[in-house]
Amino acid sequence: MKLTTEEQKMLDGEYGRATQKALEILVALGTIYGAERMVPVSSVQIAGVSYDNLGEAGLHFLSEMADGGGKTRVFTTLNPAGMDIENWQALGISAEFAQNQMRVIDAFARMNVVTTCSCTPYLIGNSPHFGQHIAWAESSAVCYANSVIGARSNREGGPSALAAALTGVTPEYGFHLEENRRPGVTLEVETTLKDTSDFGALGVVIGKKLEYFKHKPIAYIRGVEQASVENLKSFCASVATYGGAALFHMRGVTPEADRLTPPLEHITITQSELDAAKAELTSAESEEVDFVSLGCPHLTLNEIARIAELLKGHQVTKEFWITTARPTKQMADMMGYTRTIEEAGAKFAADTCCVVAPIRGRFKVLVTDSAKACYYAAGKNKFKTIIKPFDEVVREALK
Amino acid sequence: MKLHGRKIYQGRAQGEALVTSMGISFFGGVDPDTGVIVETGHELEGQSISGKVLVFPTGKGSTVGSYTLYRLKRNGLAPAAIVNAQCETITAVGCIIAEIPCVDQIPIDQLTTGMSVRVDGEAGTIDLN
Repeated sequence: MKLTTEEQKMLDGEYGRATQKALEILVALGTIYGAERMVPVSSVQIAGVSYDNLGEAGLHFLSEMADGGGKTRVFTTLNPAGMDIENWQALGISAEFAQNQMRVIDAFARMNVVTTCSCTPYLIGNSPHFGQHIAWAESSAVCYANSVIGARSNREGGPSALAAALTGVTPEYGFHLEENRRPGVTLEVETTLKDTSDFGALGVVIGKKLEYFKHKPIAYIRGVEQASVENLKSFCASVATYGGAALFHMRGVTPEADRLTPPLEHITITQSELDAAKAELTSAESEEVDFVSLGCPHLTLNEIARIAELLKGHQVTKEFWITTARPTKQMADMMGYTRTIEEAGAKFAADTCCVVAPIRGRFKVLVTDSAKACYYAAGKNKFKTIIKPFDEVVREALK
Repeated sequence: MKLHGRKIYQGRAQGEALVTSMGISFFGGVDPDTGVIVETGHELEGQSISGKVLVFPTGKGSTVGSYTLYRLKRNGLAPAAIVNAQCETITAVGCIIAEIPCVDQIPIDQLTTGMSVRVDGEAGTIDLN
């Protein structure tokens, strides 16, 4: 790889051990994927924050990078942690876990990472624009940034995203290059999508179809009339989880779609496939529900307002977690939504979510509107799941 | 015999080859506290990778797997070196942070379990005895 003078200095250790290690990681990745050079990135999103996933070894690595003088060179935000940093006790998190989680946050803070722990950085100020190079981890956010915004990111892992943060660059390969962003298959959606759970189910159906290809193509989706930010974040999370997709184009919705030609190979998606996907994510009866969660990916303020409207004057009968970014929760505080929701007995779990919190085996049946949450609830946490539309999920909590 | 490949991470190591034709997922597939492959149905299920020159086509699975290699190293249970047909992100990053010599673009079908192998990460070569 051709390095600039500045990059060579980093590699030679002139900026300390952490920056050197970071550039070593990026050079190795660039070499593997045939990049000719590095490109500057405008922002970074780091994953691998929950102590539940990192463990002591991951924490040790991060501490070593902080001790080695690592400092971010670009605006960098963090993925959800394993707990609400202020309110962990109310969520039943152990003191030992909380202490370890804070050591992780502290290591990132020492490297000047902005420690808003959220999977929706694009909602809280980490907002790239069209065509910008970024280095993001968190599969749902990468998919959103590439597809909905038109920024350019590969699917980074925790260490490679950190490496980009400490150097300000990423190797130029994959989705950074125009020629790798072209669609390979057209998907005709022949049904009407009503809400976030429908968009999540569409992500399951498309994701699984993409998995059948030997070389996974980029999807060009037609037939979706309109999609809200909430719908798109649900779809992105789902198609990234079930199909490993980092980029799709959606006619009339995403910015690159109109200048691309829909591929001739095409697949039709029907209502019955959507219904089948939802049936597959539903493995229990409504009477068995003991855990209700909304906010995968993290909720928008608009969604929190809707929960407050539905809960006003009622009492929940089940554990109900509302997961969102702390800045979004602070807006909800200001608007009085938090008070209404907490008076109804539901709990805010800011900075975290039901995918990364240490809750394996703690509940039996989760009801949610999120296809991604169902995947991790079943696999990682050993819960049964039910997927329902957003409003109905809130009503389940009141039954 | 000397095989020429590509440097992924520097360092020299010698050890007994442990060869599989299947991909390896370090996260969930290898126990970081024992060094034993635990993926159900894997060719190497139940075998320890510690101290071996681990030879496999390519890595797979979660990116958290890089930290598993780091954890193995910290526990003194890491492989002596890794040889791949085609290295990918998870294994490459794991080798760099754990400082395990790694070479790829090697015709791994020429290696068999039990062979004594010397890996030169910097040169990107391996010697078979």
